[in-house]
Amino acid sequence: MRSAVTSRYNMQTVLLLAPALLVLAAVFVIPLGRLFSLAFTDPAGTWVPFQTLLTSPVYRQVVANTLVVALAVTAICAVLAWPVAYVLSRLKGVWFVIALYGVLFPFWISVLVRTFSWMLLLERNGPLNRMLAGSGMTDGPIALLFNNTGVMIGMVHVLLPYMILPLYSAMTRIDRRLLLASDGLGAGLLDTFRRIYLPLCLPGLAGGATFVFLLSLGFFITPALLGGANAITLSMLIASFVNDRLAWSLAAAGSLALLLIVLLIMGLTAKMLPLEKGMFAK
Amino acid sequence: MKNTGLPLRLEGVSKRYGKYTALTPTDLTVAAGEFLTLLGPSGSGKTTLLNLIAGYLEPMSGTIEIGSRDVTRLPARQRNIGMVFQSYALFPHMTVGQNIGYGLAVRGVSKAESTRRVSEVLSLMRLEGYADRPIQKMSGGQQQRVALARALVIEPDVLLMDEPLSALDKQLRRTVQLELRRLHQEHGRTTIYVTHDQEEALVLSDRIAVMDQGRIQQLGTVDDIYDRPANAFVAGFIGESNLLPVKVNAVAEGKATTEVEAFRRTIVAPAAPGVEAGQTARLLLRPEHLLLNETDDGVPAEIIEAVYLGELSQYGLALESGQVLTARRITDRSLRTGMKVSLSWDPGHARVVPEN
Repeated sequence: MRSAVTSRYNMQTVLLLAPALLVLAAVFVIPLGRLFSLAFTDPAGTWVPFQTLLTSPVYRQVVANTLVVALAVTAICAVLAWPVAYVLSRLKGVWFVIALYGVLFPFWISVLVRTFSWMLLLERNGPLNRMLAGSGMTDGPIALLFNNTGVMIGMVHVLLPYMILPLYSAMTRIDRRLLLASDGLGAGLLDTFRRIYLPLCLPGLAGGATFVFLLSLGFFITPALLGGANAITLSMLIASFVNDRLAWSLAAAGSLALLLIVLLIMGLTAKMLPLEKGMFAK
Repeated sequence: MKNTGLPLRLEGVSKRYGKYTALTPTDLTVAAGEFLTLLGPSGSGKTTLLNLIAGYLEPMSGTIEIGSRDVTRLPARQRNIGMVFQSYALFPHMTVGQNIGYGLAVRGVSKAESTRRVSEVLSLMRLEGYADRPIQKMSGGQQQRVALARALVIEPDVLLMDEPLSALDKQLRRTVQLELRRLHQEHGRTTIYVTHDQEEALVLSDRIAVMDQGRIQQLGTVDDIYDRPANAFVAGFIGESNLLPVKVNAVAEGKATTEVEAFRRTIVAPAAPGVEAGQTARLLLRPEHLLLNETDDGVPAEIIEAVYLGELSQYGLALESGQVLTARRITDRSLRTGMKVSLSWDPGHARVVPEN
């Protein structure tokens, strides 16, 4: 009796998921498999593309640069998102709605448009440089575009909401009375932050950081437009393998390496933070 | 834990939120080691008063002293209080031991000393062996004891409790009440306890402050409050009571001569301060003080309801004026619905109280 019910339930689950799974297989899993198979079917030999990448100083430098940019973007996002998320968690009523739309508003405009806007702002003779020079803070125009600075400015702007929202959600779930209790037990503000508030925000911080870091690693449009040839990231290198050198096996090997890095990092995060237990739920 | 805490003194302490007065200027003195309960309905100002003492709220006026120290402008963390919240507010990311040791850790007490004191308080709370448990694995009653242990371990000058038993079921509440009383008797320390449950207040307290509408209506021992209520609110809030409207004709030597319309006669009874000739007041008759006789020199009444509560029974009595009173007597099977009886009481048991 029970097993009949269970199998019926399983049947329903399978049927409900089937359309999405079929589409996903057709447009994602199969092409991805094809791409990865290219990495191992190079006419020159099975492992040649990987050897080429590993022995290439350019590739190593690009991987290092990508990781550095992704880490820096994650750190900057965390620092910028913290106060915003805190204010969001404390606001009520119409002010909350306004602030939340302020955070979400950039999602309504395409990344491409926003990146082009940044190009205009960061130009040698753009408004930002003129303002800096005009106020006497710099002697002449500084290079904000076509280097890592430009890439990071653009990426932070695009990815900030992905840090704010999980952090905000963790902060709203913190019972204010815990902070009062800590205060009553004699803890100073720093202790209350360090021992109570920060640990309770950690799941949100870890979630946001994972989002931002992983998205940064694979980001293409923004670094391609704002970084140019001087600040190459892994996704740009892969695109150049395909577009400029028609080296599909190298592109495939590079993609596979990126995917492995991502999986490794996700695995490590999950191991270090017991997020799957819901941590402090209840 | 021989420390009994410090005395507490409030003078003219008040709190307002915009136009709403949460607490009118209030004086209160609590002796070292005393267990004082703030009892009142919700919105009476009792939690406001507690939060002012804790330092979670700033008063609009007045001073608060713990021992000889003026703490009026100090934040909670500098007052050395122990607070037990209604929701316990235990830290979800810590074990039982870490929760209890928190106040010691932030005071910079050494690891060894802290471990010793935590295990001492754990055994006091009968929670030996639970130190390494995650807080979420504890039941409601256990969490309540952890919250109390966390407040006690720092040896607070004043222990504050905000309806700490309201999240427990009735059975458990009774057990924990007795436990709290045992703890206070053994390790008595100055305690301010907030509740809306009068039975809890009667079981636990040395003195009770009955609160309503942002002020202390009466402050006294359990006996004072029950036997000599200051006004009709206190009389109605504590225990069950028959409160009859009366007109006061004269007051002399603590006794008032009143016209009781419901009885259609004049009665002389002890009067509370504030009862004045020419005004209306209330006559308090506790249900257990009403005597039902078959003679006819008392106030005539008819039994309209008889509820057996076991060894006691509760009777609904209709007077000729239409007024209904409640009486509670040792069960007497001869008293039945529809019987005519004559009501009387010991003159010392009646009391005239101001309306408010």
